[in-house]
Amino acid sequence: MTTFPARKVIEVKDLHVHFFTYAGVVKAISGVSFEIYEGETFCLVGETGCGKSVTSRALTRLIESPGRIVKGQIIFYRDSGPVDIMTLSEEELREIRGREIAYIFQDPTASLDPLYTVGYQIAETMVAHKTADWKTAFRKAISILKSVIMPDPEKRVKNYPHELSGGMRQRVVIGISLSNKPKLLIADEPTTNLDVTIQAQILDLLRKLKKDEQMTLLLITHNMGVVAEMCTRVAVMYAGKIVEIGPVMEIFKNPLHPYTKGLLKAVPNPLSKIEKLESIPGTVPNLIYPPPGCRFHPRCKYMMEVCRSKEPPLVEVSEGHKVACWLYVK
Amino acid sequence: MGETLIKVVNLKKYFPIRGIFFAKAKVKAVDGVTFEIRRGETLGLVGESGCGKTTTGRLILRLLKPTAGHVYFEGKDVFKLKGEELKKFRRKAQIILQDPYTSLNPRMTIFEIINEALEVHKIKVPDKEEFIVSWLRKVGLEKHHLYRYPHEFSGGQRQRIAIVRALIINPEFVVLDEPTSALDVSVQAQILNMLKDFQREMNLTYLFISHDLGIVKYMSTRIAVMYLGKIVELAPAEELFEKPLHPYSQMLLASIPIPDPEYALKKPKVEVYGEPPSPINPPPGCRFHPRCIRALDICSREEPPFVEVEREHYVACWLYAKR
Repeated sequence: MTTFPARKVIEVKDLHVHFFTYAGVVKAISGVSFEIYEGETFCLVGETGCGKSVTSRALTRLIESPGRIVKGQIIFYRDSGPVDIMTLSEEELREIRGREIAYIFQDPTASLDPLYTVGYQIAETMVAHKTADWKTAFRKAISILKSVIMPDPEKRVKNYPHELSGGMRQRVVIGISLSNKPKLLIADEPTTNLDVTIQAQILDLLRKLKKDEQMTLLLITHNMGVVAEMCTRVAVMYAGKIVEIGPVMEIFKNPLHPYTKGLLKAVPNPLSKIEKLESIPGTVPNLIYPPPGCRFHPRCKYMMEVCRSKEPPLVEVSEGHKVACWLYVK
Repeated sequence: MGETLIKVVNLKKYFPIRGIFFAKAKVKAVDGVTFEIRRGETLGLVGESGCGKTTTGRLILRLLKPTAGHVYFEGKDVFKLKGEELKKFRRKAQIILQDPYTSLNPRMTIFEIINEALEVHKIKVPDKEEFIVSWLRKVGLEKHHLYRYPHEFSGGQRQRIAIVRALIINPEFVVLDEPTSALDVSVQAQILNMLKDFQREMNLTYLFISHDLGIVKYMSTRIAVMYLGKIVELAPAEELFEKPLHPYSQMLLASIPIPDPEYALKKPKVEVYGEPPSPINPPPGCRFHPRCIRALDICSREEPPFVEVEREHYVACWLYAKR
């Protein structure tokens, strides 16, 4: 629940991230702006190459060469006041990462060190950020495993990652990310690699923990079902840009951007009888040479002349609901 | 109801886990499945990882040898076929795999890849190039794609090429093993619609294997739900979603995130918990009983029989069988 007036946790202004590859400069993110408010679950949704993962990593400058944040501001509202992430030193950033801003990634196996027990890895996070000493941290590790509903926590705390199933590993990763009570939790496709019944449990867990810890959640996914069940607000990304942003009910009931409409029609809803799934013709553009004007125009059935040459601005059509499309610009 | 094209009887596949001198244990990937596939239909096979659905698909095509059981194709025992009969079967029964990035030989051009299929099955056409191009056009590709290599194409395009390779030899039955799992949502719809169109035009029979229940419902006439090597429920697609009988099917359907935020708010809460146990040491009796909130005493002792509860709706559960 957002408190009134809603306070911002993080604000992104005109972010541009480029990847300087041998094949050319990939304009992965071109002018992305959005805010996340305290207590909400904000979703970044889109297909491969839209830039959602890069955006989430850029928030703490986790972009490695050949990528680089070439423009933009990232204002993080710490308890001590707002800071521009772009101006912080590596040392100051390291304090924030893993503590005030924590991550959960898609592959829990890649996120855990196979040579250490999961108890050690949970404790290590606390010791590294000086929120506990080793003795206390080890004790806390068991209660953290309990809070992520790990069966048999006293036994599991001494297990190595390979002794746990995928779902359990993801619970450990969630436990690690929450051990320092972060203000913002960024989950990048946290359940994509998991079976659907395990996915349901993990999403349930995230919802519960968010409430208990009064956290803000940034969820990145390509699954519209996950968006509908988890999020309060959604930003739809396409080819490195935000094409539509708004409250989840609005986006699903009243999608404005042709891409959003197409995406919703391409997803089979198992509850309804679908005569025919509608597909979006064409493919995602090459971001080394993105199309001029609106990046979606080659695939858009509503394309007009202006779409081919000029990029549409993000305009507010109704309360909180913005769209970047010439159909809605007066 | 169409004629039976494929009949699977008590099929089993155990994979040994090798110790130093002898097999330490066996992974009971498929442990006694019986069902039939009717000509012209799409049988969906769903389940989570480790349930045995992919292994079942491979067994039906004789890409694996069974530990026990039989598969009959047009009345003939698939595992006893030899020589010409076996070659004919191979042409009639094809597969399209999940990963478009590893299913096409990276060192062959598209022409060579598709031509290989024609050559292996000794299909003679007056103008091979034109014939292959006409098929490429059916899937939205062009003549100039013919002499390119797989890496020059996107995942969706590669999957189309894989479809041409499988269908150009005019099969009767195709196993589709997660054909769109590696593709984006918008591309997925294109491929699924294409597969449906081909099925209609060529009167194909499909076995559609997937973990994505939304897609399975869209594609299938009937659906079989697998859990730990066994089929727990089999019903017409609409019926399975409207009235799932097996507690596992209910749990599975309740787990699917629904792309409708209004529904998400008033969704009835079904208990989803636990994880599938190891297929090396499956639990005694009904394999689902440790996770089942409605488990009875008998469930931990005896395996339930697979019975027809309503017309065309089968379930393996003591709640519905005479005890």
